[in-house]
Amino acid sequence: MPEPLLEVRDLRVTFRTRRGTVTAVDGLSFSVLEGDTLGVVGESGAGKSVTVLSLLRLIRDPNARITGTALFGGEDLLSMPESDLRAVRGRDISMIFQNPMTALTPVYPIGWHIAEQLRAHEPMSKAAARARAIALLREVGMPNPEVRVDSYPHQLSGGMRQRACIAMALACNPRLLIADEPSTALDVTTQAQILELMLRLRNTHGSAIVLITHDMGVISETADRVLVMYGGRAVEHGSRADVFRRPRHPYTWGLLDSVPRVTGGRVRRLAAIPGSPLSPFEVPTGCVFAARCPHRHEACAQRPELRGVDGHLDACWLPDNRAEIRQQARSSQPAEVGP
Amino acid sequence: MSGVPAPRAAGDGQVLLRATDVVKHFPLRPGRRVVRAVDGVSLTVHSGETLGIVGESGCGKTTLARCLVRLIDLTSGTVEFEGRDITRMSRRALRPVRRHVQFVFQDPYASLNPRRRAGDIVADPLHVHGHGDGAAVRRRTEELFDVVGLSKTYVDRYPHEFSGGQRQRIGIARALALNPRLIVADEPVSALDVSIQAQVLNLFADLQEQYGLSYIFIAHDLGVVRHVSNRIAVMYLGEIVELADAEEVYAGPVHPYTEALLSAVPQIDDGTTVRRERITLTGDVPSAIAKPDGCAFHPRCRYAQERCRSERPLLTEVAPGRLAACHFPLLSGLTEQL
Repeated sequence: MPEPLLEVRDLRVTFRTRRGTVTAVDGLSFSVLEGDTLGVVGESGAGKSVTVLSLLRLIRDPNARITGTALFGGEDLLSMPESDLRAVRGRDISMIFQNPMTALTPVYPIGWHIAEQLRAHEPMSKAAARARAIALLREVGMPNPEVRVDSYPHQLSGGMRQRACIAMALACNPRLLIADEPSTALDVTTQAQILELMLRLRNTHGSAIVLITHDMGVISETADRVLVMYGGRAVEHGSRADVFRRPRHPYTWGLLDSVPRVTGGRVRRLAAIPGSPLSPFEVPTGCVFAARCPHRHEACAQRPELRGVDGHLDACWLPDNRAEIRQQARSSQPAEVGP
Repeated sequence: MSGVPAPRAAGDGQVLLRATDVVKHFPLRPGRRVVRAVDGVSLTVHSGETLGIVGESGCGKTTLARCLVRLIDLTSGTVEFEGRDITRMSRRALRPVRRHVQFVFQDPYASLNPRRRAGDIVADPLHVHGHGDGAAVRRRTEELFDVVGLSKTYVDRYPHEFSGGQRQRIGIARALALNPRLIVADEPVSALDVSIQAQVLNLFADLQEQYGLSYIFIAHDLGVVRHVSNRIAVMYLGEIVELADAEEVYAGPVHPYTEALLSAVPQIDDGTTVRRERITLTGDVPSAIAKPDGCAFHPRCRYAQERCRSERPLLTEVAPGRLAACHFPLLSGLTEQL
């Protein structure tokens, strides 16, 4: 087993608010291998973004409290001095955000963004940085990179802006690329272009990727390993084939069954998950998904640990014959409850 | 582009709404360039059916929907509702028509007035159209909350007290208040999480069954559109490029744009799905200000030929029940199915 590039242990992020303490991420552990793609999936409020922002210590809220460890190349990101972390951010670990319009400064051309990133991490003349920026833009498929390097963000389409952000993120050949919903704001044909680009660059640059999305289809087509989050906790973790072909957690079942597909048989009613996503103010002491789970039983008052064999883990008290249980639940008509 | 034959539909087949050559241009400067948001669209909606309209952002879906219910005026073309031309009706004359055509908006956070109670929002159409006294309105409001799956005790709450899915239910209750025949839903589930989206889609299906409603359902999510629609219109740069029975479109698209669109959808590989070949479109959607000559899709089309650069294809029946605006429709896949 190769050494993990990033190893997160017992990450906990809490916020003090006027209405009490909110636990956004609750004891999360996962690892990312060198050159691997980890897909993190879950609905809004699951703690996906807070997790990755806390790893790079980008949460500036003084009411936030982050505990646990995040070993990156043997050093703890959560406890290293800010000056050391500055050298890591953008060089060893870089990030792509959901909305490329807000991730770029509107008052500078895109070439400036890339050159700034380069010059922050290695001594380089302005001319050399500009030449490198043009080369990067060409690599991410920007048409006319020599001209576009001087374009301002508002002069580009959404897809082209996201390409510019990817060029920026790749500028220093990061070992880990964190992409937070990189294709969510884009149209489906543009999304296909961007995802294809990211995978191609992963192969040429050898960067590991943490891809956050709410779209099960995107995860299924890109990730090697998958982490399913709900209510700030990991509910299932495994290889792509594990999670999509042999899902074990009832929440994963619900997510997979709620998505209307473009192929295969058409159902008249979707198997919706009843109820609403968990409010961070009302995190139960037992299983986080229990309130919406059709398989809830007495044991669920206790919080299940994430456990399993052969790297396929889940946090659920159901017995091990999950495929059978899921099949039974599917054949009996599910009860319909609105929020 | 008039006289387009209509493929078969669900419901009783009566034509509820007929749009003929609808054009909506927005002038940028008077007498200068225009944004050709909707550029010659003809379609029909039959009673009891759902017509899905799908396309990428900027293709004119929302503008078309607003034209169809006269929320904005048309540049040219006509819209008939139940046989009456509503294109140039005065606001006053439109009022009785509006009872039968209601709108559900995309953003459940922006389409509800934050300073008014949920019950008052839902009761608004009842007041506007003079439906009874306070007690009757209150009764009907509570009934509507019940129909859309919200507790009656919520009528006095404000929008901020509801989740996104619940807000969309309020928007649906408001649309249902006057027992409309047609509901135009513009991306009603795109702002919702997938588990909530499934709940709201099920609600739309139940209401249709219960009240015999017709829907025009606009979405960019191809899975969602397939799930709800009997027929589907695919839009590109203000035009309908393909229009046919939903299952047939998904089984074998005849327009190259539809083919590329469907192939771009990321699919869940649960061991049962068959992957289609991915066709990656290059470049971006051209601007609706400077539309390409000939077929609007030709600069990105992998099958484009000389004729496509000069001659604009019209929406015609290229196979039984299959309408497409393409000089070289993809018919080889169809013969395999037959």
